[in-house]
Formats: sequence, C-alpha cells, structure tokens
Amino acid sequence: MTDSSAKAGVAERVAGATPAPLARRIRGLSDKAIAWLFIAPTILLLLAINIFPLLWTIYLSFTNYKANRKAEIRWEGTEHYTDILSDPEIWHSMQVTAHFVFWTVAIETVIGFALAYLIDRRWRGHGFWTTVILIPMMLSPAVVGNFWKFLYQPQIGLFNYGVSFFTGIDPSSFQMIGDVSLAPWSIVIVDVWMWTPYVMLICLAGLRSIPDYIYEAAEVDRASTWRRFWSITLPMALPFIMLAVLFRGIENFKMFDLINLLTSGGPGSTTEVASITLKREAFESWKTGYSSALAIILFVAVFGLANIYVKALNRVKQR
Amino acid sequence: MSKTTAHSVVAPTPTARRVSGAIVILYALITMIPLAWIVMTSFKTPPDSIAYPPKVLFEPSLEGYCNLFTTRSRQTPEYLESLPAPEPGCDAIVRSRNMVIAGPSNVIPRFTNSIIIAFGSTFLAVFLGTITAYAFSRFKVPFADDILFFILSTRFMPPIAVAIPIFLMYRAIGLSDTHLGMILLYTAVNVSLAVWLLKGFIDEIPREYEEAAMIDGYSRLHAFVKVVLPQAATGIAATAIFCLIFAWNEYAFAVLLTSGTAQTMPPFIPFIIGEGGQDWPAVAAATTLFLIPIFVFTILLRKHLLRGITFGAVRK
Repeated sequence: MTDSSAKAGVAERVAGATPAPLARRIRGLSDKAIAWLFIAPTILLLLAINIFPLLWTIYLSFTNYKANRKAEIRWEGTEHYTDILSDPEIWHSMQVTAHFVFWTVAIETVIGFALAYLIDRRWRGHGFWTTVILIPMMLSPAVVGNFWKFLYQPQIGLFNYGVSFFTGIDPSSFQMIGDVSLAPWSIVIVDVWMWTPYVMLICLAGLRSIPDYIYEAAEVDRASTWRRFWSITLPMALPFIMLAVLFRGIENFKMFDLINLLTSGGPGSTTEVASITLKREAFESWKTGYSSALAIILFVAVFGLANIYVKALNRVKQR
Repeated sequence: MSKTTAHSVVAPTPTARRVSGAIVILYALITMIPLAWIVMTSFKTPPDSIAYPPKVLFEPSLEGYCNLFTTRSRQTPEYLESLPAPEPGCDAIVRSRNMVIAGPSNVIPRFTNSIIIAFGSTFLAVFLGTITAYAFSRFKVPFADDILFFILSTRFMPPIAVAIPIFLMYRAIGLSDTHLGMILLYTAVNVSLAVWLLKGFIDEIPREYEEAAMIDGYSRLHAFVKVVLPQAATGIAATAIFCLIFAWNEYAFAVLLTSGTAQTMPPFIPFIIGEGGQDWPAVAAATTLFLIPIFVFTILLRKHLLRGITFGAVRK
C-alpha cells in the first residue's frame, strides 16, 4: 500500500503541475485509474490475509497434514469430511452450539425489543441511560468471560450470593460453571448480559423509523394500543429485528473468546461449541488436515447465513 | 425533529413514560453491577476479594494494582528484618505480606503491545477504507456490489478457521508473534467494516462540492484531499474508534498467534496469577485499566454506534 500511495502522490503532483487542457485529459483518463488505485490495495490485502489462507485451508482439508510434524503430506480425498459428518462428537458440539445460539438470540431479542419499546416512550433522560445500557457490548468478550468466571465462583462469587439472597437457596449448593446442567446456562447468561444492548439499539432504530402519521391514522380509526402494537409497531420494526437476529445468530455461531475463558468447553464437553472443538483439534491435537475440513464446514454455514444477512441489510437500507 | 407537535396525538401518557423510565433504569443499574464489582474488587486486598459473604464495604487498598505491576518473592522473616524500612506505597504493602518486590511484571509491555497493534491496524484500516470507500462511492466500478459483498463477507469468517492457515503462513514467513503480523491481520479484519461505514459517510457528502472544486481547476485527487476528506472527518473519526475497539478487544487471534513479544492484554489478563491461583484483585485491576479506554470511546461514539454495528446501513 505504500507503493500505491506514492503513486497517488505522483499523480497528484503531475495533475497539479500540468497546464489546463492537458490536465483535463489526464483527469479524464485518471478517474478509472484512481478507482482501481484506490480499490486495489484493500483487495490485495484481503486476498493475502483471507482468500489465500482460505484456499490453503481447502487444500489442507484433503490431506493428512499435521502442523507439528514434518511428515510427507498425503492426499486423503474427502475422508475428513465423511469422518466429521459421521462423528458423534462433532454432532454433539453442533447441538451445544445450537442450544447456545437459540437461547441467546431468543432471550436477547425479547429483552432487547422490550427495552427499545420502553426507551422509545421518550421519557426524560432516556439518552443518558441508553448509553449506560450499551456499555457491556463494547467490552472485550475475553475480559468479560474472565471476570464473570470470578462472579460465578461457587463459594465466594457474587452471582451465587445474589441468587441465594433473592431465593433463599444455599449459595454453596450449586455451581454455575462446574455443574453439567447449569454450565450451558452460565454462558447464555453472560452472552445475554453482554449482547442484549446490541439488539436493543437496532430495534430502537426500527421503532424510530416508523412515521408518526401511521399512528395518527390508527388513532383516527380508534385502534386500541394492543392493536396498534400488533399491526403497526411489530410488522414495521420486523426488518430491523431480523437484522439483529441474523447478526447475533452469526456471531454466536462463531462464538469462541467468551466461552473459552468462561468454561473452556467444560465441564466435560457440555459447553463445547463448534469453535472450541475446532481450536482443540487444530491447536491442541494438531490435526491440521482434519480441523481444516471442519473449518471449511463451519465457514460454508456462516457464509450462507451472511448471504441472507446482507440481503436483509439492503432491505433495511431502503427504508 | 418531527416529534413533539406531530406526535402529540399518540404521545405516551405521563404514567407510561414514568413506568417505562423506571424499568429501563432498573435494568441499566442491574447490568452495571458486574462492572462495579470488578472496579471494587480491584481496590480490595486478596483476602477481602474472596470473603464470604461478599464484602460491599471494605477498606480500600492498592494491593491489587501493586501486584499487577510487580513480581514478588516470598522471604524469610529474618531476611525481611535485615532490610531497611520499606518505602511507603507498594513496597510497604508487599512487605506486610512477607514478600519483597523482585521486579516489574509483564503488564506494561503487554499494554504497550495492545496500544501499538490497535493504533497501527486502525491507521492502516482507516486509510485503506477511506480511499476504497471513496472509489466505490464516486466511480462506476464494475461488479461493485459483488466486490462490496466480498469485502464484507471476510468479516464473517470464524476467527479460528482463519487462524489455522494464518498460523502456518506466518510461521513460514516469520510473522508469528510479531507486531507487524498482528497489525496486518487486524487491518484485514477491520478494513471491511471501514469500507462499509465510510462508504455510507462519503455517500452523504454531495458530489457537487467536488465538482465545483474541479471546475475551479482542482484535480480529482486534489478535490478528494481538500474537499471530501474534511467533510468526512466525523465519519473517519467514528470509523477509527470502531476499528480501535475491535483491535483492542480481540482475543482469538491474539491467543493463538502470539505468545510473548507481541502478546496483547486480552490473552494476558487471565494469566495473572498470585500465590495459590488467580490473584483476583490484580486481575480486576488489569481489567479496570483495560476497560477505561473503552468507556471513553463508547461515550465519544454514542451517536454513531448504530451505524457502526450495522456496517453503515442504519443511520438515524
């Protein structure tokens, strides 16, 4: 990119120093040149850091390559893919992922929309409190996961204390992270804490995009509040809600940092989502070929979702 | 803008407003408890931090911060007796635990790494993003929609899936655990966001400004630098903050691709260990210091947050 900026500088100087008619000709030529000059560095960077590695991953996924060993690379065809798709452990981690994605997105959507609806009542000070609510989603998921681990400590943690304070359950009678049935919920709670503001913010934009005259017309028709909500508010905010749902779905499908620090997939494999399995296979078992195939499978799934996401994005944009 | 007068017919009743406000404020306060707890824990002594029931009132101490910035070694009482009186501050706190300060910890180099990598990658991503966005905004680029989709799609790649080949590639060309390697990687991730956000911002600047400048004899590039860039300054700043936050917070690549020289704060914080497990006040102190910039950025960004998280699609 230093190269291209240098060229841009030269072009500028040339254009600035040439007499008017000639400059116009250069200018006429250069629009196209500038366009490519401006786009090429970004594309080259993405090709080098994203696409080339992706192609390499595809190649590796058909081999028995192990990154920690200097053995000859052997072509194995689609063996890894058939192995993965028939491996009960992979299906287990897919189930864990599905549970995590479904519950986080469902809870975040309900609370997020409710909050947006309440904030849209435009009470005094809503701007300040909206900013306060947004803070968790700006934080580092890894650091958040780490400090929630502290809050979840069975003996000393604030979370257990809070639960026992309000329900009377003995605080040492349950462990959020250590318990097989509670651990999946421990990650859901943290994700909801962190990302509900995200859904709220997008829903709020949806609610504010509804023109007032529609409500006024409904008022003239004497539609009840309930009716107004179901036939105006919800349908008109729906594209925005969908956008938030899709994005949270994609992000949580890939979720790694928060869970890695909170539970590292444990206890056993009860919270082992797809990304954790992938990390284990790739960077602990060093089954590079196998994990490349798994990475490609995950990537195809995310790419499909992303496609839908961009379509939804464009629909919202037209509003 | 059109709210008060036109909205009057359907405006919520004062009671509805008050109740809504109360519920939202209650939610906000509850979600702030974990953060407040971390800040409080950073000022506790290790025994206070693991006391049961959890201590809300405690005597503030800087032990967490002292432990964060130093490494310490335990000494025999006789040896401690033989030392001159401790200087007030960290020295005295550490001495009261029968230890002496052995040297500085790794936290400052890690913090520096975070700053270098975050700012380096942000600068590059915003630079590339600005010129690319300008090109897409002003020129007819063949397959523009497809290229834009390609640029955005790279953002959706699962980080671990990308990390496998990047790890091999960096190992082969000597970029593993280097600042340059991490900067390039974060630039690649952020540039997609930068292009999409900045395209939105530049689309909003009327073309007439540049056209007028070009009629006055400016070249296209001159007009871009002198007219478009100043107009896009707010957008560029907002984009830069988004890129900074991403790079600052990133963990997956950092933990897999760095181990020492270029390690940033997120993979470092969980491994701040005291005697007998995690030293929670020190961890909390690191977390507090790490989060302060984010608080500042969130407040600076609040008007542009929505745009940032929707890749520029939803304005307001």
